Parts: sequence; structure tokens; C-alpha cells
Amino acid sequence: MANEAAIINAVARTSLWLQPHRIVLILIALGLVLSAAFFMRWDWLPQYYEMGLIGIWRSLWILAVTCVLGFLLAVPLGLAQATGSFWFAAPAKVFCTVIRGTPLLIQLWLLYYGLGSLFPQYPWIRESWMWPYLRQAWPYGVLALTLSFAGYEGEVMRGAFAGVPKGQLEAARAFGMSRWKAFRRIWLPQAIYRALPTLTGETVLQLKSTPLVATISVIDIFAVSSKVRQDTYLTYEPLLLLALIYMTITGILVFAFSRIEARIPNKIG
Amino acid sequence: MPHLPDLSQACLPPTQPSAVRANNPGATLIDALLSASAAGIIELLSPYPPGWGGTLLVGLLHSIEIALGATCLGLLIGTGGAYGKLYGGPVVRDLLAVYTTIVRAVPELVLILLLYYAGTDLINQALTAMGYQRVDISGLAAGIAVLGFVQGAYSTEVIRGAILAIPQGQIEAARAYGMSPGLLLRRITLPAMLPFAIPGLANLWLIATKDTALLAVVGFYELALATRQAAGVTKAYFTFFFAAGVLYLLLSLFSNLIIGRIEAWSRRGMPSLKEAR
Repeated sequence: MANEAAIINAVARTSLWLQPHRIVLILIALGLVLSAAFFMRWDWLPQYYEMGLIGIWRSLWILAVTCVLGFLLAVPLGLAQATGSFWFAAPAKVFCTVIRGTPLLIQLWLLYYGLGSLFPQYPWIRESWMWPYLRQAWPYGVLALTLSFAGYEGEVMRGAFAGVPKGQLEAARAFGMSRWKAFRRIWLPQAIYRALPTLTGETVLQLKSTPLVATISVIDIFAVSSKVRQDTYLTYEPLLLLALIYMTITGILVFAFSRIEARIPNKIG
Repeated sequence: MPHLPDLSQACLPPTQPSAVRANNPGATLIDALLSASAAGIIELLSPYPPGWGGTLLVGLLHSIEIALGATCLGLLIGTGGAYGKLYGGPVVRDLLAVYTTIVRAVPELVLILLLYYAGTDLINQALTAMGYQRVDISGLAAGIAVLGFVQGAYSTEVIRGAILAIPQGQIEAARAYGMSPGLLLRRITLPAMLPFAIPGLANLWLIATKDTALLAVVGFYELALATRQAAGVTKAYFTFFFAAGVLYLLLSLFSNLIIGRIEAWSRRGMPSLKEAR
């Protein structure tokens, strides 16, 4: 019975969605895609296929690492702003304001060109174990993107921590939980539930920021497409494919986050 | 294909400066002294020719111009788009949904490149087809058009949400009074949605000021590119990027001040947010 109703529901939803004008629009879109596939030049694809895959992998890797590290940094930033004394809250606030008030491109260039040109003056840095890494571009890219994510997400976490009802925390303390346990079991999970819807948006924004690392010579998927454009003198084909790749990744991210969100009890607080 | 500055030449230096100069201790020492001594910094940042402060300020002015233009264009597109999404026919709605979805899913950098090449190409093809000469499109106009197109997608969503937040009775009352759609828009919808839209639009303005930096990648002359130029010539990378960051930050903080005023003005006559809670 329930199964039948579900099927009828699904059919009704599909027919609602697939109205006649939509079919026409989809056909037009298909026509555009097919004409792009047939009338544009794609003969460079086999040659750059492997490089492209490596580029996509690198972009995704940077996205994952900076999001995770940035979020780990955002938790103390949010906590300091939500509850900390002035001496904790003020620096966190200043950090978030500075990160959110300046373009990521400038932060990236300040770190890579600015710090990168200051480091070699100090012999102890040049002789340390970090030097082989500091001469490469990717640590600067990862650092800039991490700080940026932390700055934006720290502000979100501040609201999320402040939004958890006081009664919950008092109840946890009344149960005899230590401060740390109450934080770990009650406060943090509820704050993350609250921050999750914005986390989707922030992650997509972060994905859209990753191509900036190409300007400091990290070879991500954007840099690969620039190289194809240089080598083949084609303008549109690599850029269109690049846009398609980013749209696909965005779609996957949004879908994955919606699945995670669906698992979380929606009655909180 | 018009001859356009390429990303690789505009933005990718062959090697990191540090790697080059590490081989040359003398130059490094001079640079260190130059960028470390306070007098050197003041000299570098002074607004008159030996210093590069003037270049930076001109760049900042260009950035503000582009951001203002792009925000205005984005507001126009956004208002139209929101109206189309709310009151348009099914085809218009679907097309607008495609527009906002695509623009919000693709990185701004890629959109800027695509729109810049495609836009200048299309205009020139149209001009040659009509028998006119090809034109060089000014950086300012192209930057405003490209960023405005991107901003339009975001402001469509903000304004759509704000219009939906207006109590429906107000719009029905205006219709009952016999107002024409234009008058309704001007007298009721726009002023009534403003308090709901201002926070979102303010955010978009801040994003616009920061997104102007991306135009450096296609070679538009604005603050980020001016800074690169100054830093590249003087080799005082840290000083100049730091100065540019301070300028952007001041612009953001100043904007926040103005936005606070505008928000208070748009909410006049409404209960304050604190009391509403």
C-alpha cells in the first residue's frame, strides 16, 4: 500500500516537473551541447586528459585539506568570540574582520610573494627542514585558503555556539559532566548541526576560490585549462569544459551535504 | 580573436622571486634593508612619483568605480530577475533558474575569463556583421559588465527573498487601490523589501569590492594589478601587498559604516531588531 502510494507520488512529481515547455528547453540545451561537441575542436582532449585528471585531483585535495583544517581552526575562533574573555575574543574578532575584509587574491600574494621574499634573508630558515617546502608554492596556497575558510567559518561558528540554548549546557553540567565533556558531547555537536546548512555554501565558495592558487603557479585544474589555451590557441573549449567540471563538482558537493543534513535530527534546541 | 592579455603572462611569473634572489646575497641584503627600514617604506609608499602610493590610490579608485558600476548593474539585473522569477511565465522562470544556478556554481575567475572573451568577441562579430569597425572595449566597461552579470545572479536571489518577505496584504492593498504595476513597484514593493534586502545586498557589495581584485588576472588596471606592478618594480613585495590589504580593509570598514546608516534609514518606522527579539 505504502509502496504504491510512493510510486504514484513519484510519478506525479515527475509529470509536474516535466512540463511541455521544460521538454522543449531540455531539447534546446541538448542541441547546444551536441553542437558544441560536434562543431568545436576537441582533438586536444586525449593529449591533456591525464594532466586534467591530475589537476582535478589536486583541486579536490586542496579543497578537502583546506576545508578540514579551516574548520578545525574555525571552532576555537567561534568559541573565543562567543564566550571568551576580551583578551580571547578581540584577537579572534580582528582576525575574522581582516580575513573577511580583504580579497583572497591579496592574502595569497602577500603570503607567497611577500613572505616568500622575506624568508630567504634568514639563514636559519634556509637551513631548516622546512625550507624545501617553503620553496614550493602549494604550502602558501593551502595556508591562505585555510585561513580564509577559518575566517568566514569562524564567524558562522560564533553564531552557532551562541545559538545553543543555555539550558542544554546547564543540564549537562547538572548531570555532572566536566566542562570538556559537556563541550564535546553537547555544545559542539549542536553548534555543528546549526552551522551545517551554511557549511554547504561555504564549501562551495571554497571550491570556487581554489582556482586562485593557479596565480601562484600551483598546477590545479584551472592552470591545466590555461595551459591548454596557451598551447592550442583555443579560447572557449577549455573554459567551457572547465566550467562544466566545476559545476559537476558543485553538484556532487551539494548532493552529498544534503544527504548528511537529512541524517541529522531537524528538531534542535 | 582579439589580442588579449593572457593569464600566464599577466599573472604567472616564471619563478618565485625568493628562489631567484636567494642566489644573490647582495641584492637580498639591499632589498631587506629597503623593505625593513621605516624610511624606505615611507619613501616607497609616498604618493609622489618616486614612491608608488599614487599608483595604488589610482588603482583603488578604479576598483571602487568597477565595484560601484557592477553593483548598480547587478541591482538592475537582480530586480528584473526577481520579478521574472516571481511573476514571470514558466519559460522565464526556468531560464532565470538556469542563470542563477550556473553563475553560482562556477568560480568567478572562470566566469570572468569566459564572459570577457565571449562578450568582446560577440560585440565585435556583431559590429563587423553590421559593417562597422572592430572596437576595443574599455577595461572599465568590460569589468563592470562581467562583474555585474555575476552580481546579478546573487542579487536576484536576495531580492526575490526580500520581496517574498513583504506582508502579502500590502501588495494586495496597493492592487486594490488600482496602482499600475510600475507604480506598485516604485511605491510599495521596492521600499517595503529594502529592509529585508539590505543585509544581503550589503554582503554583495563587500563581495563586489573584493571580486574586483580578480579582474587583475585578465589584465584590468585596478588595485591588485597596480600593487603587483609596484611590487614587481621595487621588489618590496611584502610592503606593497600589505599596503593593498590595508586599503581593501579600510574600504570594507568604511563600507560597513555607510551600510549601517543605510540600514537604519531603510528600517525607519519599524521596531528595532533588539525589540523584535
